[in-house]
Amino acid sequence: MHEMSIAQSIVDIVNDTLAENEKSKLKEVAVDIGEMVAVVPESLQFCYEAIVQETEYHNAVLNINVIPLKIKCNNCNIESKIEKYAFLCPKCESTNINVISGEELNIRYLEVD
Amino acid sequence: MPIVTVERKILKKNDEIASENREIFSKNNIYTLNLLSSPGSGKTTLLEKTLSLLNKSLNVAVVEGDVQTDNDAQRIAVLNVPVVQIVTNGGCHLEAKLVQSAFQSFDIKNLDLLIIENVGNLVCPASYDLGENKKVVLLSTTEGDDKPLKYPSMFRVSDVMIINKIDLLEYVDFSVESVKKNALSINPELKIFEISCKTGEGIEDWIKWLKNEI
Repeated sequence: MHEMSIAQSIVDIVNDTLAENEKSKLKEVAVDIGEMVAVVPESLQFCYEAIVQETEYHNAVLNINVIPLKIKCNNCNIESKIEKYAFLCPKCESTNINVISGEELNIRYLEVD
Repeated sequence: MPIVTVERKILKKNDEIASENREIFSKNNIYTLNLLSSPGSGKTTLLEKTLSLLNKSLNVAVVEGDVQTDNDAQRIAVLNVPVVQIVTNGGCHLEAKLVQSAFQSFDIKNLDLLIIENVGNLVCPASYDLGENKKVVLLSTTEGDDKPLKYPSMFRVSDVMIINKIDLLEYVDFSVESVKKNALSINPELKIFEISCKTGEGIEDWIKWLKNEI
């Protein structure tokens, strides 16, 4: 259940960013969560709401964008979505691949007033 | 409505502290392992075996992570190895900051190897870099050979997989071939060892690899 610790990290970054920009009214926080990072969006949402309810921006929405796991094959150069975590190219079955998305755990932007 | 662009990693703070740890380890020539598994796979027993074989030739220290109790630290202290117990009080993983506070109490200038035994959990610790050289994931033959498929992130980020309790193979429905195939489909780079901490089988290969790494 590390979603609580991740939600706390999000709120810490929100507080720092609001202070740096001299803003106090937060409407939305947008985050990218990759399929591969083992974070459950529903749990993260729940933990985020629990933390922000004590703050000035308790109505601010957490917008979670789930990023699919994708690879690029170094053999046939084709980009594919990975199903069932089988890390090989679905076209040519090469394991010489690079993960191009799905490992994100990023905060993208804040919408403020 | 105004947008403030942030574009940063949510766990950036942890990553930064992990980088500090890595720098301290590298400056002092300390090789560091992050030992990971579900509860009961045999992390502490593997540690006891490893320490008893390396402790004479190398200066080793251990950081123990547990949700409660210092039972594991007591088991390590008996071997005359410096050990610090981190009790997370419910926390499901170790973070770089906790490890940084813990290793301050060791004589780091004279340390060769630091082993961090993470909290028993195959999910959360995968996301938190501690500054280690290698992540070692342990699983045992009593757990099921589909474990890599159930916890792909952990097997993806690990460098080494140790299959423990191979002395029990004849009593359990566990296929070493399947577990290897499953793990390698997620991470083709995984280095794999098959061991029994009970009988000592395979331990020699593990120790040989570790000595070579240090």
